[in-house]
Formats: sequence, structure tokens, C-alpha cells
Amino acid sequence: MARIDVRKTYKLYIGGAFPRSESGHSYEVTDARGAFVANAALASRKDVRDAVVAARKAFGSWSARTAYNRGQIVYRIAEVMEDRRPQFEDAVRQSEGGSAAAARAQVDAAVDRLVWYAGWADKLAQVIGNANPVAGPFFNHTAPEPTGVVGVLAPQSSSLLGLVSVVAPVIVTGNTTVVVSSYARPLPAVTFSEVLATSDVPGGVVNILTGDAATLGPWLAAHMDVNAIDLCGVAGADGSGELAASLEVAAADNLKRVRRAPDAEPDWSAEPGLSAMTAFVEHKTVWHPIGI
Amino acid sequence: MMAATGSTNRFSYAPAPESRSIVDIKASYGLFVDGEFVDGHGTSFKTINPATEETLAEVAEASDADVDLAVRAARRAFRGWSRMPGRERAKYLFRIARIIQERARELAVLESIDNGKPIKESRDVDVPVVAAHFFYYAGWADKLQYAGLGPDPRPLGVAGQVIPWNFPLLMLAWKVAPALACGNTVVLKPAETTPLTALLFAEICQQADLPPGVVNIVTGAGSTGQAVVAHPDVDKVAFTGSTEVGKAIARAVAGTTKSVTLELGGKAANIVFDDAPIDQAIEGIVSGIFFNQGHVCCAGSRLLVQESVADEVLARLKRRMGTLRVGDPLDKNTDIGAINSREQLDRIRELAGVGEAEGAERWAPACELPSSGFWFPPTVFTGVTQAHRIAREEVFGPVLSVLTFRTPAEAVEKANNTPYGLSAGVWTEKGSRILHMASHLRAGVVWANTFNKFDPTSPFGGYKESGYGREGGRQGLAAYLKGADL
Repeated sequence: MARIDVRKTYKLYIGGAFPRSESGHSYEVTDARGAFVANAALASRKDVRDAVVAARKAFGSWSARTAYNRGQIVYRIAEVMEDRRPQFEDAVRQSEGGSAAAARAQVDAAVDRLVWYAGWADKLAQVIGNANPVAGPFFNHTAPEPTGVVGVLAPQSSSLLGLVSVVAPVIVTGNTTVVVSSYARPLPAVTFSEVLATSDVPGGVVNILTGDAATLGPWLAAHMDVNAIDLCGVAGADGSGELAASLEVAAADNLKRVRRAPDAEPDWSAEPGLSAMTAFVEHKTVWHPIGI
Repeated sequence: MMAATGSTNRFSYAPAPESRSIVDIKASYGLFVDGEFVDGHGTSFKTINPATEETLAEVAEASDADVDLAVRAARRAFRGWSRMPGRERAKYLFRIARIIQERARELAVLESIDNGKPIKESRDVDVPVVAAHFFYYAGWADKLQYAGLGPDPRPLGVAGQVIPWNFPLLMLAWKVAPALACGNTVVLKPAETTPLTALLFAEICQQADLPPGVVNIVTGAGSTGQAVVAHPDVDKVAFTGSTEVGKAIARAVAGTTKSVTLELGGKAANIVFDDAPIDQAIEGIVSGIFFNQGHVCCAGSRLLVQESVADEVLARLKRRMGTLRVGDPLDKNTDIGAINSREQLDRIRELAGVGEAEGAERWAPACELPSSGFWFPPTVFTGVTQAHRIAREEVFGPVLSVLTFRTPAEAVEKANNTPYGLSAGVWTEKGSRILHMASHLRAGVVWANTFNKFDPTSPFGGYKESGYGREGGRQGLAAYLKGADL
């Protein structure tokens, strides 16, 4: 007789812990062919609020770490992921379908992307900051600082490479984040949260909610203690862009920095450029007189 | 006689008025569209001298149709302007910069008449920095590929720009110079109460033979600004003004592809530690809040002084405030000019009244104010708590709120306890403390042992609800280029 599977109900990742949704709700996750895979927690408004509290709490010490240290930690995520490549390959293939080779390529690219962003930690300020030669006896320089708590609606389609490509650039510069995973393909994000929990990322720096971006997005966009939001996850959601526009309107309540939803999900295998990092940094200019 | 003296002034000053004969103010002004001054299709409004309440001119109020004509002109001009080699665009901007220098006195006098700011500020700060801004960005026009903002920097298109009344010409320069350098064309709306220097700038554009339509100026009030922001053929919106209007703009552009920069309100903390160079700090506190009548978004409107030196700092501050001369903006000895409008004066009076009603202690030097015009004496509130409205809301006037602190951590906590994040000041002789404070203050500009300094090479802009995007410096280019990673 065939062995009976142990079916799993996955949980959220908030403040370094794995709570169930406060709502008690979960939803069925199916594979690319529609067969049942597992239950995922269906995050609620209250879970969004708890995650924002955790992200805010983590922001002070995470943003105060040295860039070198943050780079080390993001690199550590890549190391732990590399160790668990088979599990990620299964999760990606189960979620997205396609060949084993394609799943393997996506996992490779996701790990490589983390390594790429890890290296930016102590370089971005050198590339986008500068000394300013003001017309007077003053020291004057401008350097980027993290924006704060960033809400991320992760892409719906690319369940792992897309996810890593929107999360890594946010945290490597010192922000903390509340991420809403792909609704239909949440399991790679769940596995990714297990990686975060076992690497050196402090609790609260990344919080991952499985659930519906269309339901959770409005709470995140309107939350007054969230400083910025990436709307990628609602790209093409309703065909008209109305959802994305309404989230932008909500984000204006406290002038969140908004990374707009693209018309369609981008090609995540392309060279990312700096925009995913620069969208969520502030430029600070410091003056001091020069004299004796 | 308009100039009034403070009570502790031991010397009296003879009036030293700058002549206004250099300025030719017309009885009425139209709009500047496609290189020509044209009549508007809407009504008109008066702009007055806030120091005397005399009417200076009738100015056309641009209707939606006028704004549409201006945007069309800008769109037509965009093709040629954006394709013009950068070195040629640069020369137009250099020309403009030179003409501004040549006509500096005229611009300064006109600015002081229309705005109410002291001539020594318009002459020594506003206009020189305006010229410097055009010189700075002129030099970028043919070097954009070296700015580190991508290998193929391209302009956005037509920029709709809406600017405030506190630094009318300077805000114009901050908006127009980088936009033009990057190859954009502009439709600019100056503030309703201060349109005159923008219209003189239009004349300067003609004098420089700037191609028609590259710069268009539509005068008017809020509805004209809304029409500029909402116009479907505007690719970029740049706004300086209140946080409330900034939020409305962010909502208005939601769901569009317009890019936006917002430079909004502030409630800056100016933090004085017990080891600060007190005499310099007093000057920094004074220029921080009384410069430009406190009509400054980055004004140091919350003085946070360490408890151990609070009495000494306050005593010296009051003594210094007693020497400030309030009066005729055109008098070269004037320190504090006229409040820009009756509306703004009412707002300052209301908030000062609230400050008293909420229990803070109000003090101003004995100060004789002119009988006509809009005036408010330099005022300090002590015993202010973080809950008081004068500690939370932007007064945008010469009103300072004083709070105290004991530890650096408390100073950081109080300084950051605001939805704003535009600027901050730190006064201490200890270098490591300066850098500690600078890194913990959530503000876009930190002035250490100085305050209210501006330079075209130095990026300026806010954190949090003080807006987004930067003006000035290399960062200021990113606001006017496609896909610039900054």
C-alpha cells in the first residue's frame, strides 16, 4: 500500500516567527496542473498590521548595521539557499510547471541574484552619493539612506526569482519589509522564509505574508507607518490598472514612495540595474563649515 | 517712515532705501506662451506689494484652455529642444545665467517689492543663487552621459512645474534650469501672490533668444496649477509647496505614467548642545527661523536646546532678537520684511494664538510695525511641548518654538517626532556627535554648525511627508531624465 502523505498547512513569517493567520483562514494551493499541494495561510488585515509593527521594530538596528555586515547577511541567505537547491527546484516546478531544467535555472538565477545584491551593500553609496563642491567654505556631501518600512507586493508569476528580485534590493540598503507573496504560487516564498529564519537575517527585517495582493495591498498602501511600496504584484491584475491606481491614491496619504506596477511582469532574468534599490533610498545632504 | 527699531537697539539707523526706479512694472501682464506675451482667456487678478498693500499690476489668470495652449507649445518645442546638441542647449542656459547677473539689481528689487522679503536677502541670496543655478545646470547639458544616470540619458518631455511664493525666482530656477539642461520643455505656474519675477524671467528668455515654447509661464491660482498637473500631455510634475497640495498631486497622478517630484513642508529641529559655540548658534537660530520672515519650508522652527544651557541660550537669543529690524523690504538695513499676504498673516496670527491658548509662553521684542502692509514681529514661544500645535504644524512665519532635551537620544527622538523630514540643524563642537546626529536625523538636509545654506551643487529635498525627489546637484538631474536610477 502506498504511503499516505503528511499534508502540510504552511504559516506566515512575521518578526522571525511562523504564526498562523490571525484570521484563522487558509487556502488551498495547487500545482501547475491543478492538483492539491498544501494549505497556505491566508493573511488578513491584522496580519499586515502585525508585520508592519515587526518591520518597524527591526528597522532601527538593521539600518544601523554596517553596509559590510548587511552584505554578509544577504550573502549568507544565498549560501543557505544554495544548500537547499533541490527543495527550491521542486517548489518552483510544482508552482510554475515547466521542465526540471527551467526550475533549476530559476533557482540558480535567484541564488546568483542574492549574491549580486549582497555585493551592492557597501558600493551603492559610492555610486549614487557624492561630494558637492559648494561655493563656500563648507564640507558638503550626499549619501543614500534607507527609506524605512517598505511594503512589497511580490510578482504573481515568477515565484522565486521574481520574489528574490524585489526583496533583496529593499533589504540590502537597510530597509525592512512586509512582503505579500504570489497568491497562486506561494510555496517558494514559504520555503524562502524558512531560509531567512535559518540564516542570519534578524527577525522582522523580512516578513512574508501569503495571501491576496488585491486584498492586502490596500491595507499596506494606506498604512501610515509604511514608508514606501512596490506594486509589482498587481501588474496587469485587472487589465485596467485600476487596482494599481487605487493603491497609488492610498499611498499618497503619507506620501509613500511608490514603485509603480509595470504593465506586465518584467523578464526577471535580465540585468536588474539599480532602480529596485534606488526607489527605496533617501538622499541625505550634510553641511559643515570649514575653518580653523 | 517704515523701518522700525527693536527695543534694545542703542544705535538708530538712517533709512537706506534701495531705489525702485530700476524696475519697470507694467499695469497689466498676460501669459508667456510660445515665446510671446499673450492675453489669457480667463479673468485676471491683482498682485500687491505686501509692505504697502498697493496694487502693483493686473495679471492674467490662465484658464484650462490657456494651460492647454501652453502645453501644446511646450510639446511642439520639445522636438527641437530635446534633439539640439547639449552643447547648444548649454549656451542658451549660460546666456540666461549671464542676463540674470546683468539684471540682478532689477530682479532683486522686483522680488522684494512683490514678495516682501528684505532687499539684502533678495540681493545677496536669492538672485545670486538663481544665477548660480543656471550656470551649474548649463554645464550639465552636454555632459549628461557622464552623470552616472544611465548610458543614454533622455529627457522626459513636457514638465509641468508649480512653485510657491516664498522664493519666487529661486524656485523657478530650481525647476527650470535642470529641466532645460536635460532637454525638457516647461510650463511653469508661479504663485498667485508673486508672479512678477517669473514674468521678468520670461522677458529674459526672449532676450536670450530661447526658442519659443521651451519655457511657458502661466500665471494664476490653484485651479491653474491643477490644470497644469492634470494635463494629459504633461510627462513630469514638479511641485514645491504645502504637504496638503503635494498629497493631492500624488493622488492626481496615480495611475498615470507621469513622474513626480515634490518638495513640501517641514518642521525642522535646530538642536543646540551644551558644548555648542553659543554665539554662532544664536546666529544660526536667528537665520534659521527669521530668514525670509520664516517663510521657508526648511526653517529651523523647533529649537531643541540642551537643558543645561537653555537659560543662557534663551537670554542671548532674546537679546539678539531685540536688534532685528522689521520694516521696509527695500531698506538695506532691514532684517525682517513683510509677511507675503494677508492670508498668510492670518494663518500665523491664528497659530500664534493657539500657542498661547495651549499654554506656551509668547515673547517678542518691542517692535514698532508699519501701519499698512502685513507684518509680524519675530516671536519665540517657550515652554512648548511636543503636543502643542506650534510644535507640530508648519507656521511658515517668524515664530520659533523652544523645547529642551537632556540626552542626545532624547534630542533625536524629539527631532524625528514629526511627519515631516526636510531639514535639521545640529550645533556642537564635538565632531563624532555631529556625525552621530547627522546619521540619526530623518531629514534630507542636515546643517551642522550652520543653517539655511543653499547651493546649486547641493541636493535638497525631504524624507517622509516633506516630499520626494531631489533638487540641486547631480541628483537633481535624475528628476528630469527617463529611467534615471537615483
